[in-house]
Amino acid sequence: MPGRVPVSDQAAARWHTATLTEIRRETPHAATFRFAVPGWAGHLPGQHLLLRLTAADGYTAQRHYSIASAPDDRGHLEVTLDRVPDGEVSGWFHKTARPGDRVEVRGPLSGFFAWPGDRPALLVGAGSGVVPLMSMVRHHRARGLDVPLRLLVSARSPEELIYAREFGAETTPLFTRSAPEGVPVGRMAAAHVAPLLAERPPGGWEAYVCGSNAFAEHASRLLVGAGQPVDRIRIERFG
Amino acid sequence: MNVTRGFTGRPRVHQPGLPPGQYDAGDDWPVLSAEVTPELAPADWTFRVDGLVERSRTWDWEQAHALPESAYEGDIHCVTGWSKFGVRFAGVSLDAFLDVVRPHESATHAVAHSHTGYTASLPLADLTGGRAWIAWEYDRRPLPAEHGGPARLLVPHLYFWKSAKWIAGLTLLDHDEPGFWEQNGYHARGNPWQEQRYHGD
Repeated sequence: MPGRVPVSDQAAARWHTATLTEIRRETPHAATFRFAVPGWAGHLPGQHLLLRLTAADGYTAQRHYSIASAPDDRGHLEVTLDRVPDGEVSGWFHKTARPGDRVEVRGPLSGFFAWPGDRPALLVGAGSGVVPLMSMVRHHRARGLDVPLRLLVSARSPEELIYAREFGAETTPLFTRSAPEGVPVGRMAAAHVAPLLAERPPGGWEAYVCGSNAFAEHASRLLVGAGQPVDRIRIERFG
Repeated sequence: MNVTRGFTGRPRVHQPGLPPGQYDAGDDWPVLSAEVTPELAPADWTFRVDGLVERSRTWDWEQAHALPESAYEGDIHCVTGWSKFGVRFAGVSLDAFLDVVRPHESATHAVAHSHTGYTASLPLADLTGGRAWIAWEYDRRPLPAEHGGPARLLVPHLYFWKSAKWIAGLTLLDHDEPGFWEQNGYHARGNPWQEQRYHGD
């Protein structure tokens, strides 16, 4: 299965200094970190970057993170990070980071999970797997695109639903542990996927699935079971 | 050096087996395939070697298992940053397959392809000399589907995206033909000790 966009060899080749400009809490366990990155080549929704922290003795730790923000031309980008117990990099972000701090980023990386805004997009995510999908939703909205886009997103509870206030009619949230009165609680199921597949947009859906491996396995099987072609399912798994 | 204010990092542990930029995943074995895990039974699995060879050949499950068993015990390294120490895979050395098909002298590279359509490109020199396997066993059990079972390519001295899951075949070529991740900006060879993650590293 080919990538969606050609990837610039130059863009990925060097590290850029990224200055933290804003921290926004999203949920009790997740926050968004906004950076100014002069010289950032720009990205497409769905792409990720490599982020590096350096200690005073030269020790470094680097992690891959999906980009949460829509592409803009002003060299800004956002990542949304879960607070991982004992997380070496996410721990620094949640405990120590403040605006003005500088880290390094490299990218954007990989064209496989990118969505240029061309094909109808069926987005399926769970937990912080919604992050690269949100970049697509924001891009769709910012550009006023007509191409169909749907987001099916699963969270443990409404409090844990990242970007809850930003979702619109394109989004169906599902809750696996607790939900407001009258809203069902349960795992993503065929009944959630079927109505979306039934929409049959011209050219068919390009499906983007993001989450833990267990979720990705489950969701991709639901999509295949509902008739989505295997070669039109792109998966990004945490790890 | 761009020091990050307030960042100290984990305690420094000297791990000679850990390539630069990697961390020890411990007991975890993350699954990172970008495709849907196929439902592929051993009876439906085949492995073919073709391209610049004296005679192309396809092995089915039983025929492949008739070749001498060979195991790898050591470490594996994923380009996303984790390394896993002390793993054991078993299967057949790729040399045993190549001995049968006899590569032409002009063959310099190979494209490994999966039953899903995934591809990875490798220098032929990285697939010979007892450094690559077709593996169907992990930790003395059948290799789980999400880790590439029934059988995967195993090239543990390179980043693990080269070790194509659900391996279907190898095509030998006289040039490098970028595969799935190589076309997406990843390095042509992927040597973890030289930190060859992306094109240009």
